[in-house]
Amino acid sequence: MKPFKLCVLIVVAGFIFSGMTFAGTLDDVKAKGFIQAGVNGGVFGFSMPDKKGEWKGLDVDTARAIAAAVFGDATKVKFSALTAVQRLPALQSKEIDVLVRNTTQTLTRETKNGLNFTHVNYYDGQGFLVPKKLGIKSAKELGGATVCVLPGTTTEMNAADFFRANNLPWKPVVIEQVAELTKAFWAGRCDVYTSDASQLASHRSTAPNPDDYVLLPEIISKEPLAPVVRHGDDQWYDVVNFTVMALINAEEFGITSKNVDEKLKSKNPELQRFLGVTPGMGQALGLDDNWVYNIIKQVGNYGEIFERNVGPNTPLGLSRGLNALWTKGGLMYAAPFR
Amino acid sequence: MPSSALDARAPFWLDPKVRSIFYQIAVLSTVGLLAWYLVSNALVNLEKQSIATGWGFLQRESAFEIGESPIPYSAANSYGRALIVGALNTLKVAFVGVVITIILGTLIGMARLSSNWLISKLASIYIEVMQDIPVLLQLFFWYAIFYETLPSPRQALNPMTGVFFCNRGAIFAIPESHPAFKYMFLAVLTGCAVIYLLRNWARTRQAKTGKTFPVVRVSISIIAGFPLLTWLAFGAPMKMSVPELAEFNFEGGMTLSPEFIALLLGLVLYTAAFVAEVVRAGIQAVSKGQREAAMSIGLKSNQVLQLVILPQALRVILPPLTSQMLSLTKNSSLAVAIGYPDFVSVANTTINQTGQSVEGVALIMAVYLIFSLSTSVIMNWYNKRVTLVER
Repeated sequence: MKPFKLCVLIVVAGFIFSGMTFAGTLDDVKAKGFIQAGVNGGVFGFSMPDKKGEWKGLDVDTARAIAAAVFGDATKVKFSALTAVQRLPALQSKEIDVLVRNTTQTLTRETKNGLNFTHVNYYDGQGFLVPKKLGIKSAKELGGATVCVLPGTTTEMNAADFFRANNLPWKPVVIEQVAELTKAFWAGRCDVYTSDASQLASHRSTAPNPDDYVLLPEIISKEPLAPVVRHGDDQWYDVVNFTVMALINAEEFGITSKNVDEKLKSKNPELQRFLGVTPGMGQALGLDDNWVYNIIKQVGNYGEIFERNVGPNTPLGLSRGLNALWTKGGLMYAAPFR
Repeated sequence: MPSSALDARAPFWLDPKVRSIFYQIAVLSTVGLLAWYLVSNALVNLEKQSIATGWGFLQRESAFEIGESPIPYSAANSYGRALIVGALNTLKVAFVGVVITIILGTLIGMARLSSNWLISKLASIYIEVMQDIPVLLQLFFWYAIFYETLPSPRQALNPMTGVFFCNRGAIFAIPESHPAFKYMFLAVLTGCAVIYLLRNWARTRQAKTGKTFPVVRVSISIIAGFPLLTWLAFGAPMKMSVPELAEFNFEGGMTLSPEFIALLLGLVLYTAAFVAEVVRAGIQAVSKGQREAAMSIGLKSNQVLQLVILPQALRVILPPLTSQMLSLTKNSSLAVAIGYPDFVSVANTTINQTGQSVEGVALIMAVYLIFSLSTSVIMNWYNKRVTLVER
């Protein structure tokens, strides 16, 4: 009778556990003491370990900012490198707490995939990278080309739309690992590499001869890249969402990692609220009131993160463009903290 | 009374028959309950996370392109059709792979038994090396060889007219499509049927009269002759579709992509090493006395092989050979790593675009189950036919 009893026990236990309500991600994260963040791992400037094995990049810093907000310690985050195909199931199945992996916000992902996108941390668009020696000036000349593209991305579908709309024949080469795909492209397996323009700039900076490649002028899509959390966990959504907004607002207030201690003494009530000198904001999110101070002190504001990882003085050399503050002609605009 | 005495000694719950039925019902219902629980639990949790469920996505437009397809396909087709394309691509590489593997494996297996020292040693080295390198590494190796060493289409290698090798694949000139080819295919099928009848006739005749008939030679001429005659009857169409260099790539002819060739090479060379060992074991399992006995009753050497050695060797070879064929089919799912659009690759993309992992993974399992089961069924049927009837 023993195995039978065991089976009954398992079934009964299963029913009991399934009836339990799950704690929110914020409580889970606090309980385990770190945040598990899904990142790309292969895009220099956004998320890639450096030679010492330390994670670097705009997405990585965004994840660190969340850790600083929750724990007051930006190092309490562990990174999982995920391919485009793996990333959404990894989040859905709770393998990771937040996905900060240049993921484009779309209607299908918000609804059918059961995800919620927080505030955008990089406004991007899809472009084409070609070898200079092909002598191509426009994407419209790409009829008959072989195109390297990552599977499971919006890029893959945008490319299909673009070639269909322009009635051009093409052949995709689809490899899941970013490193393998770029290697195939440098070796000439494809005529064109299509992806988000920022990623193409990043890949080009790591090419054997970056000067042999050129970005075509066309940008064929809107790619608002944002951190993602699971549907239906509003508290955690708010934490991630307002962390990104805190980075943006800090830049607008002119608060940097260097002057944040000085700004604590400011008499401006808006700043006092923002930095937690006047309590209330952090508590509303379920965090310490000095959460913004911790973010800025340890990670910096959005502008610092941008300049450090992808800005003009990095190998990527990207200008702020759409990612400038709204006061400077860009799209970065965050809700007030009150 | 004896029966009541028996009843008194053994109440019905101690009756082994009743007990075994009870246990079976208990186990079955437990498994059923567990399955029901798992399914309902998954549905509830998906609902909670507001993830879409159901099979409706199969009819929706896929909106992604697939690199190579045996049937017409574009991004405007449905997810269902995309998945069919993936399944056909898997079948294509598995079928071609299995055929080449069996031929190559048999040759190497026999080479290993060769009395020629060099041939036998080369075969053993091949087997040892290939068996020991993980197949995924072999795939990466062949794929890298293809795109790293071969030139771009504009400088393609052109070893003979109509054949090109470049980093876009191997491109061949093929005959332009013509109605004759359909009839030539039918001629081959007819040839097979005729050979089947001929063989039966030759057998009964030999049983009755003792006269033999050169079945093999006649069969070969039928298989070659029927389509050849059909081709001539259609006026011998000779027009070729020759690949020509367009702006980016070759157009016309037939292209075998680097992904397909690398996958095929990797799978075939790896599995052939195992098949070679299976074949060697099979041949060595037939004792020497069998050959000597067959020769002593005056059979010719090809008859010895055909009537005495092979039937006994196949009995040993077939079951492990089946499992090698299955493992080749399943290993073909490593295609994802080098970008060949097999079923897993297409299903992964579908899962990602629709978010329906449960359905997608269920489909992957179902498709491989169907492939494996049908291979097993065919091989088991054949195995039964060649099994020795012991008398």
